[in-house]
Amino acid sequence: MPDAILRVQDLTRLFRVGGFRTRGQLHAIDEVSFEVASGEIVALVGESGSGKSTIARVLAGLYPATSGSFVFEGKAMGRREVRASRGDMPMVFQDPFGSINPVLRVGHALLRSLKLHRPDIKRADRFAEAVALVEKVGLTPGEEVLRRYPHELSGGQRQRLGFAQALASRPSLILADEPVSMLDVSIRIGLLNVMKELRDNEGVSILYITHDLASARYVADRMIVLYAGRIAEEGLTTEVIGSPQHPYTRLLMSSAPDPHLAPTAFEGDDLGEPPKVINPGPGCRFAPRCPLAMDQCVVTTPPMVALSATHHAACYAVKP
Amino acid sequence: MSEPILQVRDLRVEYATPAGPAQAVGGVSFDLAKGEFLAIVGESGCGKSTLLFAVAQLLTYPGRLAGGEVLFDGVDFTTLKPEELRLHRWRDISVVMQSAMNALNPTLTIGAQLTDACKAHTEWSDEKIAQRSAEVLAMVAIDAVHLKSYPFQLSGGMRQRAMIAMALLLEPKLVIMDEPTSALDVVAQRSLMHQVETLRHQLGFAVIFVTHDMSVVSHYSDRLAVMYAGEIVELGPTREVFDRPEHPYSQGLMEAFPSLLGESKQLTGIAGNPPSLVDPPEGCLFAPRCAYANDECRSVRPELIAYGNHQVRCHLVARTRKNDA
Ligand SMILES: Nc1ncnc2c1ncn2[C@@H]1O[C@H](COP(=O)(O)OP(=O)(O)O)[C@@H](O)[C@H]1O
Ligand SMILES: Nc1ncnc2c1ncn2[C@@H]1O[C@H](COP(=O)(O)OP(=O)(O)O)[C@@H](O)[C@H]1O
Ligand SMILES: [Mg+2]
Ligand SMILES: [Mg+2]
Repeated sequence: MPDAILRVQDLTRLFRVGGFRTRGQLHAIDEVSFEVASGEIVALVGESGSGKSTIARVLAGLYPATSGSFVFEGKAMGRREVRASRGDMPMVFQDPFGSINPVLRVGHALLRSLKLHRPDIKRADRFAEAVALVEKVGLTPGEEVLRRYPHELSGGQRQRLGFAQALASRPSLILADEPVSMLDVSIRIGLLNVMKELRDNEGVSILYITHDLASARYVADRMIVLYAGRIAEEGLTTEVIGSPQHPYTRLLMSSAPDPHLAPTAFEGDDLGEPPKVINPGPGCRFAPRCPLAMDQCVVTTPPMVALSATHHAACYAVKP
Repeated sequence: MSEPILQVRDLRVEYATPAGPAQAVGGVSFDLAKGEFLAIVGESGCGKSTLLFAVAQLLTYPGRLAGGEVLFDGVDFTTLKPEELRLHRWRDISVVMQSAMNALNPTLTIGAQLTDACKAHTEWSDEKIAQRSAEVLAMVAIDAVHLKSYPFQLSGGMRQRAMIAMALLLEPKLVIMDEPTSALDVVAQRSLMHQVETLRHQLGFAVIFVTHDMSVVSHYSDRLAVMYAGEIVELGPTREVFDRPEHPYSQGLMEAFPSLLGESKQLTGIAGNPPSLVDPPEGCLFAPRCAYANDECRSVRPELIAYGNHQVRCHLVARTRKNDA
């Protein structure tokens, strides 16, 4: 990818878990590699525990990687650089009620971010810039919104505000960790539309983290499917949705009911849930649930197979 | 429809709030046939849980039944004393709550909780209890070794299935489920729905299933009720409501779901917020958000009107249907 703004290479994060006798290493993410180009929305899709938030937190510098690295806007990010650059990739969180200081007016945090990140804007112009920011995410009239208190905003309005806040530093990439999961369905779509508008009008890239394939299809240019800390499949949204290759992607797709269509067949014999990956052995982590598993699958970890220039799946059963 | 097992008539629930009574459920009526699967969908705060609590007579202060009847097999639950109700709970009606994490006791094994439920409602011997406990766990594909497990030792999907097993202990005629799948991932969600369906066909119980995410029930329920601000605004066969929603709110909801495999198109959602339940608007509760609202809509509260097997609470639909007739 020529104009990649983010290149992630073999990113791994382990957590020590368990007590004295049962101590182990939990592999939250394991050798994850991907890229994000300028001006695109990439969806990171997976069930809970698959490692989505861990990826976002490592990228945001909230905690370091155990191994692996990433290059953001041409700068290699080792442990030390990440600390210094915290905030380069701002994050929007799932909980619209958790991330905002309740006693300060909405405008306060936004003006402070502008002061911090945008020294080019004169003090007198800051308020106008803040108004422009909240209006970009559909909060109008901006002046009035900035004077409100957080409790006067609905969940959807707070999540919009989260994006405005993220935009304040004029980032090239926003990490959005399940930004719509706690919102009601009728409000979700408005926020997904905001994400598309930010991409189209502001040229900002978004790493959209979700467990909802249909919303990923709606906003994302490309999709990365995670299973148990590893990438199972990635490709253009049209490729992954139109011709899913990894058996896990297929299971996910056949499980997601589409109210717009007639029911699909579901064998109903998969009661499995993703494993917690503690002291893993070799092999594919989906193999115990996989209808196509072969001997090889439990012996060595399947490498990424290229299905097209943009479509890859980590599966021995997939033929290029 | 075959003989109704449950008839809910003009049910009203209020919560006492500092600002005055909030009408959380405002005149809900529906029938449920034996063995039928009714889904109730609506956004959070529209009164789904409150409605279920009122049907099962589990309301507590500040909630209060402000009117209506709940006829189960002809007996009005709203007139029964607590000890009379106790005879119906678990045997006739059981309830599966939103979060198994909150509903299961974290300090007791699954087996002990099943035993407690049996002891409270039956005279069964210990052997009979053990046998039945293993049996209901098997129904939801949980191995009997987990009788000795504590809730935290089970995965989210297994906990939710254990809750359903518990609800089925005494073979109730009606199982009420309040968003049992919301905490689950899609694969576990789908397998839970699949299991509920299989068991319903095997055992013949009726289901009232509440969810804010109607894609969950789209392929399972017989009928679908859409709730808005404490009222049912549309009720009909599930496929019909999905394919030809009549109420502008249902139409908006259907348009709010991106499709996974179908047509890929720009969607809009529904602008605005639900009304205050303490000081609701005079006319249709949806009028302030409705693109089609006229003066009548803003001044007169519409009734739920039936057309064949479909019911809609909307002046505009009512008028066009009358003209068609
Ligand atoms: N601070 C932590 N300590 C121990 N385990 C953690 C920690 N954070 C995440 N994990 C584990 O790492 C795995 C991935 O978690 P997470 O990245 O939050 O997944 P997701 O966001 O996809 O739900 C899970 O098994 C989770 O329990
Ligand atoms: N204990 C309570 N006190 C006051 N209001 C309540 C209480 N419980 C629920 N409500 C209000 O009643 C309405 C319906 O709530 P609920 O039945 O929980 O909705 P749902 O289950 O559809 O999300 C909401 O507006 C909620 O704020
Ligand atoms: Mg997460
Ligand atoms: Mg509820």
